[in-house]
Formats: sequence, C-alpha cells, structure tokens
Amino acid sequence: MSDSTTPNSSPTPILPATDSAENQRRRRWRMLKDRLASYGVAMGGMSVIIAIVLIFFYLLFVVLPLFGSAEMERVADYELPGSGAGYDSGPSLHLAMEEQAEIGFRLTNDARAVFFDLQNGKPINEYALALPVGTEVSSFMASEPTTARFALGLSNGAALVARHIYNVSYPDDKRLITPGIEYPLGEEPLEIDENGAALTQIAFQDGEEEATIVAQTADGRLLLTHFIKEESFTDDAPELEREQVLLSFAEQQGTQAEIVQLLLDKEQFNLYIIYADGGLVHVDVSDKSEPRQVQQLRLVDVGLRVTSVQFLTGDISLLVGDSSGRVVQWFSVRDERGNQTLQPIREFTEQSHAISDLAPEFARKGFVAADENGLIAIYHSTAQRLLLTQRSSDVAINMLAIAPRANALLVEDAKGQLSFWRVDNEHPEISWSSLWGKVWYESYEEPVYAWQSSSASDDFEPKLSITPLVYGTIKAAFYAMLLAVPLAICGAIYTAYFMAPKMRQIVKPSIETMEALPTVILGFLAGLWLAPLLEANLPGIFSLLIVVPVGVLLFAFLWQQLPARIRHFIPEGWDAALLLPVVLVLGAVSFGMSESLEAMFFDGDMRHWLSSELGVSFDQRNALVVGLAMGFAVIPTIFSITEDAVFSVPKHLSFGSLALGATPWQTLVRVVILTASPGIFSAVMIGMGRAVGETMIVLMATGNTPIMDFSIFEGMRTLSANIAVEMPEAEVDSTHYRVLFLAALVLFAFTFVFNTLAEVVRQRLRTKYSSL
Amino acid sequence: MIREWFKSGNPWIWLTASAVSVSLILVFGLLLLIAARGLGHFWPATVWEYDYKNQDNSVVRLVGEVHDEEAVSAQRLREAGLAIEGDEDVTRYLLKTGNRDVLGQDFRWILEPGIQDMRKPETLLAIERREWGNLYGYLNTVQENQQTVAVGKGAWESLQQRLQRATALFAQIRALEKGEIGSINYGLERLRLRERGLELENNTDPAERESIKQERAALNAEYEGLQKQLTDLYQNINRDQIMVTVSSGETVMVPLAKIVHAYRPNAMSLLDKLGFYMAKVWEFVSDEPREANTEGGIFPAIFGTVMMVIIMSIMVVPFGVVAAVYLREYAKQGPLTQLIRIAVNNLAGVPSIVYGVFGLGFFVYFLGGNLDQLFFPEALPTPTFGTPGLMWASLTLALLTVPVVIVATEEGLSRIPKSVREGSLALGATKAETLWRTVLPMASPAIMTGLILAIARAAGEVAPLMLVGVVKLAPSLPLDGNMPFLHLDRKFMHLGFHIYDVGFQSPNVEAARPLVYATALLLVLVIVALNLTAIAIRNRLREKYRTLEN
Repeated sequence: MSDSTTPNSSPTPILPATDSAENQRRRRWRMLKDRLASYGVAMGGMSVIIAIVLIFFYLLFVVLPLFGSAEMERVADYELPGSGAGYDSGPSLHLAMEEQAEIGFRLTNDARAVFFDLQNGKPINEYALALPVGTEVSSFMASEPTTARFALGLSNGAALVARHIYNVSYPDDKRLITPGIEYPLGEEPLEIDENGAALTQIAFQDGEEEATIVAQTADGRLLLTHFIKEESFTDDAPELEREQVLLSFAEQQGTQAEIVQLLLDKEQFNLYIIYADGGLVHVDVSDKSEPRQVQQLRLVDVGLRVTSVQFLTGDISLLVGDSSGRVVQWFSVRDERGNQTLQPIREFTEQSHAISDLAPEFARKGFVAADENGLIAIYHSTAQRLLLTQRSSDVAINMLAIAPRANALLVEDAKGQLSFWRVDNEHPEISWSSLWGKVWYESYEEPVYAWQSSSASDDFEPKLSITPLVYGTIKAAFYAMLLAVPLAICGAIYTAYFMAPKMRQIVKPSIETMEALPTVILGFLAGLWLAPLLEANLPGIFSLLIVVPVGVLLFAFLWQQLPARIRHFIPEGWDAALLLPVVLVLGAVSFGMSESLEAMFFDGDMRHWLSSELGVSFDQRNALVVGLAMGFAVIPTIFSITEDAVFSVPKHLSFGSLALGATPWQTLVRVVILTASPGIFSAVMIGMGRAVGETMIVLMATGNTPIMDFSIFEGMRTLSANIAVEMPEAEVDSTHYRVLFLAALVLFAFTFVFNTLAEVVRQRLRTKYSSL
Repeated sequence: MIREWFKSGNPWIWLTASAVSVSLILVFGLLLLIAARGLGHFWPATVWEYDYKNQDNSVVRLVGEVHDEEAVSAQRLREAGLAIEGDEDVTRYLLKTGNRDVLGQDFRWILEPGIQDMRKPETLLAIERREWGNLYGYLNTVQENQQTVAVGKGAWESLQQRLQRATALFAQIRALEKGEIGSINYGLERLRLRERGLELENNTDPAERESIKQERAALNAEYEGLQKQLTDLYQNINRDQIMVTVSSGETVMVPLAKIVHAYRPNAMSLLDKLGFYMAKVWEFVSDEPREANTEGGIFPAIFGTVMMVIIMSIMVVPFGVVAAVYLREYAKQGPLTQLIRIAVNNLAGVPSIVYGVFGLGFFVYFLGGNLDQLFFPEALPTPTFGTPGLMWASLTLALLTVPVVIVATEEGLSRIPKSVREGSLALGATKAETLWRTVLPMASPAIMTGLILAIARAAGEVAPLMLVGVVKLAPSLPLDGNMPFLHLDRKFMHLGFHIYDVGFQSPNVEAARPLVYATALLLVLVIVALNLTAIAIRNRLREKYRTLEN
C-alpha cells in the first residue's frame, strides 16, 4: 500500500488537468453532441407527432372538395359562327360540343351544320344538310345527347336524321379532331306524313335495332312512326321496316291548347306530350302498334307557362322549367295498386325569371338552367343542390349546351352572342341531405336511406347516403357489446376481487393474449363455422341465456349444502375453475335440447317459424353471429381495463368496509365498484371504439347488405367493411373515393371521441387513487 | 334458507365466477377448435369403400374419406325431399370423394341408412394431383410411353420408383423456370426500361444503344439454351403414366408429372402415417400454393408476412423510441405533452382500416405517384411505387403500430427511478450520455416489449393491407437473386389475407377449409408466442426495477 502512495512518485496524473486544451476540446465536443442529441430527439419526436396529426388532416384534405361549390370561368365571347353576311342569321336550332370541348357544333335554322373552334368561334367546317329542293326545316329535336343524333321535321312531311361525328387521329403525335356529318338512317329523308303536311313538332330516338319518330303535322295529326332496322349488306345505312299509327287521343284532350313539345325517352317506351297551357299527356308506346294513354296532368299552376322541358340523363325524370323561374323534377312512381303516376319529386326555386333552356349533364344527374334574365344556374337533382349561379348575359338566354364531360358550357343569348365557359364542378352529387338524409331516388316509391355506389350502367344514379352504414356500424357494435359487457365486466370483477392470486396469474394473461388474436381468424370462424352452427341450433343458443345462469345458481346452492369437508377441497377463490365443467355440461345440455325445443315450440324449424309466424327474415350471416364473434374480440379489451381498475382500488377501502361488518358482496357493490366505476366506464368506451372500427369480422360474418333494420337475424354493412370492399375499386379523386374517405374520417372521429373520453376519465381516476 | 342465501350475496359471486368460466371456455375452446381442425388436415385419413343405396334404390360404389358427420332430424330431411322413415335422427356423412374430373364434384353427403357395406381395401390408392384435387382408385398398370411396363403387384413398386424420378425432374423444371428463366426475363425488362429511359432523355448515344442491343442478344441466346433444356426435361417427365380404376368403374390415365403424392392410406402403419404427416406439415410451410391457393403450401405467405414485419420493425423502432424519449425526457411536461400523450394513446384505438385508407391515399397515390414521376418515368404509365406494394404496406403498419411502441417505451422510461438519472448527471455525464449509456439500456426490455407487441399486431392485421399491397397470389417473392435483391415495390402475400381469401373467395371452399384452419393455427401460434414473450419480458422487467427501487 505504502509503495503506491509514495509522494513525488507520480508526475503523470491519471486524468489530465480539468481545463487542459484536450479536455476542453473534449468537453466542447460532448456539449455539441448533447445539443445535437436534444435537437435530434426533439425533431424526431415532433415529426412522429406531426405524422400522426397528418392522418387527420390528410383525410380532411381529401374529403373537403366534396363540399366545395362549382366554379365557372368565361373563356370567350363571339358572334354566332356561320351567321355572317348573306346568311339567314336566326337563332340556332341546336348547339353541342365534342368530348374534349374543343370543337363546337351549331345547327342553323336553314339546315347548315357549322363546326367551330370553341376558343374563338372561328368556323372549321360547314356542311349544308341534304334537304330536298324546295323544303324547309319546320321542326327539330335532338335525341338522347350521347348518341349525338338529331331529327329535322321538314315542310314536306318528311324527316331527316343526322348525327355529328368527330374522328380523332394522331398525325405527328398530335391529336387532330375532324368533325363531320353522318346520316345513320340514310341520306334520303324518311317519309312521315303521306299527305305531305309540314311537321310542326317532332320527337325522335334512335337505338341499336329500332328508331321511333313521333311528329305532329300542320293539320294537327299526331303520327307515331316506328322503324325496325335490318342489316343491310350493300349500304352503310340499314334497311328500315316502317310501321305507323295515328295517335288519336291527342285530339280528345278537350283543351284547345297546342302542343309545344314532344318528348320520347331513349328506350322508346314513353312519350310525353306537352301543351302550351301546362298540360301533359303521358303515353305508353312500348307496344308501337297500340299506344296507351297512361296519365294526363298539369305540370304548372294556372297562370304559369311551361317554358322548357328536358329529360334528366337516363330519361326517367322530366325537368320542367316554368315562367316563374322554377324547375321541377318529375318521375313516375308506382302507387299501391301498381299504377305508374308522374309525380313532382323536388323543385328548385333559385331563379326568378322564366326558364329559357335546360341542359342535362351526360353522365350525372346534374343539369344547367338558363333564364330570360341572362342568369345560368348549375343544379344537381339527387343532392337537391344549387352549385352555382352566374350571370352570362344581360339579355335573355336562348339556348344552352353542355360538354359531354360537363366541364364546359356554351350559351347563346337573344342578341346572337355565344359565350364559352369553362366549368369546374367535380362533386355535385354530394350534399348534407344526400349524405345523411332520406333521398327520393329515381324509380323508387318513396324517399329512402340507401347506399349503392356503383353499377354497370352509365346513367346510374349513385346512392351515397352513409346513414345505413353508420346504422350498420352501430348495430354491429351494439350486439357485440351486449355479449361482451356483462361477460367481461363480471369476469373482471371476479378476477380482480375474489379470485385466488395463483389462478389470477393464469387467467389474466390468457384472456389478455386473446386481444392480439387476429380478427381475420375470428371472422373466418364466425362466417364458416359459427354461422351454420347457429342456424342449426337457434333455440339452443337462446336457451343458453337461461340454462347457464340458472344451472350455475342451482349448482352453487347444492354446493353450499355439501358438507364442509368436501367443500374445502376447493380452496377459496377457485370457484371459477370449479365451474368450468359445470358450464361445459350446461352448454352441452342447451345444445342437446335445441332439437326438441325446436320440435316443441317452433314446429321443428325455428328459421321457418320466424319468417312465417313473426315475419322476421333470417340471414345465415346475421347480427347474432357478428355479435358473438365481435363480442369475443372486445371481451379482452374490456376485461383487461376493468380488471386493472378494480384491482387497483386501494385495499384499505374494502378492508374498512369488511371490518364494519359488510359482506364481501356488499363491499364489492357499494365500495369497490363505485370507486372503480369511472375505470369501468372507460373500459366500455374503449371496447366500443374497437367494436365500431372492427373490419374483418363484419366483412366475413355478415352478408354486407346495407339495410336499415335492427333485427338480430339480419345482416348489416358497416362503415369499415364498406371501405374494405369498395376502396380498391374506387377511382382516385372521384366522388365515390372521397365519400369513402369521409367514411374513414367519420370512423376516425367516432373512435377518437370515445377514446379521448375514456382516457380523460382514466387519468382523473388515477389522480383520485393516488390521493386516496 | 334460499332467501338468506341470496341475501348473503353469494349467488352473485358465483355468477361473476361463471362469467370468468365462460370467457375461459370461449378462449380455450377457440384455440382447441383451430388446433384440432388445423392439425387434423395433414393426417392421412382412412379411405373407405361403400356400397351405397341411393334414394332411387340403385346401389353404387363410393370411395372417399369421411370429411364431416352430423345428425339431422328425419323431418328436416323429409322437408328436403328425401324419403326417410321413422322419427329417429339420421347420421349423415360428408364424403370427400375426390375425382373431380370424373365426378364433377369433390364432396357428397351420404346417409347412414343407405350404407349397405363398407370396407377399407389396402390396395386403394390415394393420389394427390397438381390439378383437379385428389384421386382415389385402384392402380391397374404403370405405363412408359403408352407401353405397359408393370401390372398387378409390381405396379405399386414401379410407381413409387418412377414417381421419385418424376418428382426430381419436376423440381428441376421449377428451379429452371423460377430461377434462371425468371432472372432472364427480369433482365430483359430492365433493358427495356433502360432503353425507354434513353428515349425520354432524348439521348441518342449510339454506344448506349449498342450495349443494350448486345446485352439483349446475350440474354436471348441464354434463354434459347435454357428453353431447349426445359423442353428436354418436359419430354422426360411426361414419359410415364399410370392407369387407375376409379369407383365408377372408369379407367383414368394419370401422368406422373401431375402427381404430388401417391400413397395407400389403408395399408400404412402408424409409423408410416406419422412420417407422412410430418412430410405434409413440412410441405405446408415450405411449398408454394397450388390450385388457386386451396392446396399445397403457404410459404410465400409466411415469407411475405415476415418480410413486411421486418421492414416495419426497422422503421417503427427508431421513430417510436425517439418520440417516447422526446415526450418523457426532453419535452416540457405540461398540458401540451399530456394532450399529445392522450392523442398517441387514442391512435392505438383508431380502426386499422382508417390507416389503410390513409396509406392508400397518401403513401400510394400521393407519395408513390410523385416518386414515379421523379425517378421512374421510363416505366410509366405502369406504376412502380404508385401502386400498392411491400414498402407502403410496411410504412402503413409502422404508422399503425408506432403508438404501441411509444406507449411501451414511455412506460419503461417512467419506471426508471429518478435517482439513476441523477446519479449519472452528478458524475458529470451530459443528458445525451445519460440517455444513451444508462437510461436506454435500462429501458431496452420495455422497448423490446413494445416491438414484440407491435409485431404481434402487425402480423395479424389484414384490413389495411387489403388496400396497400397484399395480393392473393404474388408471382414472385419480394426478395430474390436479381438486383437490387429487395424489391420494395412488389406486392406480396400475407397469412391473414390468405385466410380471408381462401376461406371466402375461393371457388371450392369446402376443399380449402382444412388448409385455412391450418394457416389460422400457424398464425395464432406465432402471435400467441410473441405475446407470451412480451408478457414474460414485461414481468422480468418489473422484477428488475422492484429490486432497484429498494
């Protein structure tokens, strides 16, 4: 020892002096590292937290455009193309645009087809339609807009059918659109009136196999002419087989009013005749040789005039604009006796001057209305929503045309000016009422809550009400909680308060481990194993609810009567283990009884009995299956949190109560549970949050039909399952896509509220315990 | 007496006890159910031969395994239009008759009373085929190039030998197709992209073009050679076939190339069966799926799950730990941190499908779409990262599980006594050094717990993955021998999704069901094991600090 501590023998100290240069450098380096670490950690931490917040904002960011309104921007104003000197420059018969909204089409009243550049109104091509010499155009009607066809009624009683076409080619990798005119039914006008009277009104539709023209002649006859197309081998135009009937009831109308418009739907089944006084006659022409009048009614109040009538896309609804600026949507509704009657469904009263023209969109149920005050308004029928009003001109508007993609408008005013507008209107079909309320969809008998986002047909009306999905979500969660809450809470209370510590050490982790059980497995078992099992043993399941509690009580009572010697074989706190075989036997008894119960009370088949006696329909994958499977999934969550809450109630509270002579049960109910109740509440909330968001179980164990029925024997579609089913097919940034994001946002908000509530309550509880 | 008993409150205690019992029965019953159904699948079941009287009194011969049985009330059967006498319950069996190509279906129900006679002939042969499911029948002859080479007793031996040869050849063919030809195709695709890239850059350097051309020619030449080898192998493997008489009396020709296993279950001893069982289990975890995933193994699904979990772990641990350290050690404790803590806790409860939606919208379409524009313009319009894939799936799950890691790590940090930190600081260590050398090592078990829980959650999660990258059948694994080896843009298979897909979307659910149970069992085992590990670590951790506190 003394050797090592000899004085003067250690000139080099083990450590360098505290403020030597090396040490100072080292210290600076360490400080730098410390500073860097704290910045790094702060940045990392913040970025994780920001990432988490990002989820919410990103969902919101995708959803928000749904609620934005439309926008319009004036691109150019020009004189009517093809109306220069030497021409008859009356108003157009027809305006249209091609798919890309680059080329416009105008039909003049002297039967010239003028194609022009929409950007500046410069004519590109002009064709004079092939009218017979000495005839004039006496009436005009365009067919369903996607076909781009139109019919001209001529002064000699014939009709000419033509269409505007656009050939797209790519010379030098640049798109070139060449417009042209085609005569799908032949270049020769079709003879309609054998007497040769001028056609004053005409309606026309042309389909794959047949075409129909309804026309009124100058002498007041109404002729329905039906053409059946036959393949022609020599010519492009098909050979036509012609058949004609005279619609006689039109004269029996009793009114003196003249016909102002004829409308034929694209199926060529329904004809609507509109009179100047606002009367309408609906004729069923599905049998072309025997047209039948269905209904006769008035479209507007006395004193008002019908100023414009158009089909909404799909040709099921009629849009009726009147002289007061109101637009009303009508469609046929089947009444109790099975009769179709036209009914006013919804009205749009945003404009205050007579509606001069209506232009329905090609693919959506939206439309544009122009009035005599120069105002244009964009509406959507299903959403019952006004998206935009815009002044286009200071005089009346004559005519409107909408681009096939609904991204441009062409407006002709009374002064012969054309205005070309760009329209930005992405999501007109969404409004508060269409998302959450009852909506009267086309061909439905009454307003309903419905979710049906897509279909094969183009003119389908999307039904995007998320109410049935929210309803399904709540239904599934409700039935799950019905099973889980009593089982989990009772079980947790027993485990925390009565169970022997040894047994608790096994029970708690095994139930908690189940929390991580993949729900896809539960869903698979529920759908393929449990659902058929339940279907076969329905009475057994319901008898379980009575047999098990009664049986357990009976057993417990008998057990208490046994001599103490036997009872003490089972140490205190192991009752649950003792009950395992009992519950198993009781379960087996219930299932064994199932068949005889069914034979005794339900005529041998409970399913059948339910539907015939109670009128309850039964799906194999129903709320009962979901309730059981999802209940199982949330039991561990609720159990674990409740158990913690009960177990951490300070022991001196219960000891005090017991010491004062209360029984264990009284102590539990009056002291322990009361103290732990906020914890139990938060357990239920968190369990609820889990049940609401669970996807795989409901996806696999229900039929996923979006119905609004709380029956335990029917299925449902939940928000989460709906997202899982439809998200992969939704087109990016489409309305459907954004509505699914909205569903996700609703789920997010739902669970966030539940969980926050639970968390706040739990924090409170924690401080309360620590103060006790 | 009863009233008194009720007054004591004891009955209610018993009822709460029964709730525990019911929960336990549910939990263990479920595990047992999965285990029983999943493990039974691989056992070579006895194949019975029945003389069965049909409803129209004709007697037919049926061969098959008993797949399921149930008791049905006579009344219900009568309602279904079957002529049954008496009121007794009738047992009916679901027979797996195989021979789908001959009979048109794999399964049929038979009623107990219709069974006239049942035998288990030792010579009955069960053949597992690559297509059309199982075949049951009697071996007639073994043929080589349509010439009979073995009949009767010798046929079985001959079949076994020849089957070994065919299996070996099949393995060679697959190795060739998947391995070498696969990588040639991959190389050709890379060359095409390089060429397109040059076009986009308006690069007309002839040297570049020439080198591409040469490489392509080399690859094509190599491909020709391999193709020739492959043709030879196919010719070889198609040499042998067997003739089998099936229950309906028809004789069916089965090429050996289409046979996976051929065995005589009724002649097998227990030991044989055990050996067969083990081989089947091994095949299940190591082989690729066949017949629209309803047969064969699940190796790609296991591999995909593991890959995804690993990549997720790599991302989730650093971020989760840093966030927890920030919240606990660096951020000023106050209402704001409290708020953040609540928010993080809540996020653990946000439905997983919401993360899926976010992943699809933000990662796949937004980030992925932009990445493609920037780095992979030559592949457009085919998306590279702008489509669901392994990377986005892992990232989405990392986001989903980061709250788990944060919460667990924070708990671990909060359990470390203040004295430890203060001791380190008092000795002159900086905060960073204290953290790195003292606090984090002590918290490492907690971090491990968090990671294990995160993995357990990620491995079982399916709903978000359906949106961001899982497919029912991936053509290639995300890890292979082609540069850059790890293909983060590829789609992958996943155990959980496999269960969903095979159980609900497959055309032949009845045949696929045992396989789904087996897959479910595997998944449950993995997850339960992970969770038990986490619990064990947590408990050890608590013990450790208890000693530290004293």
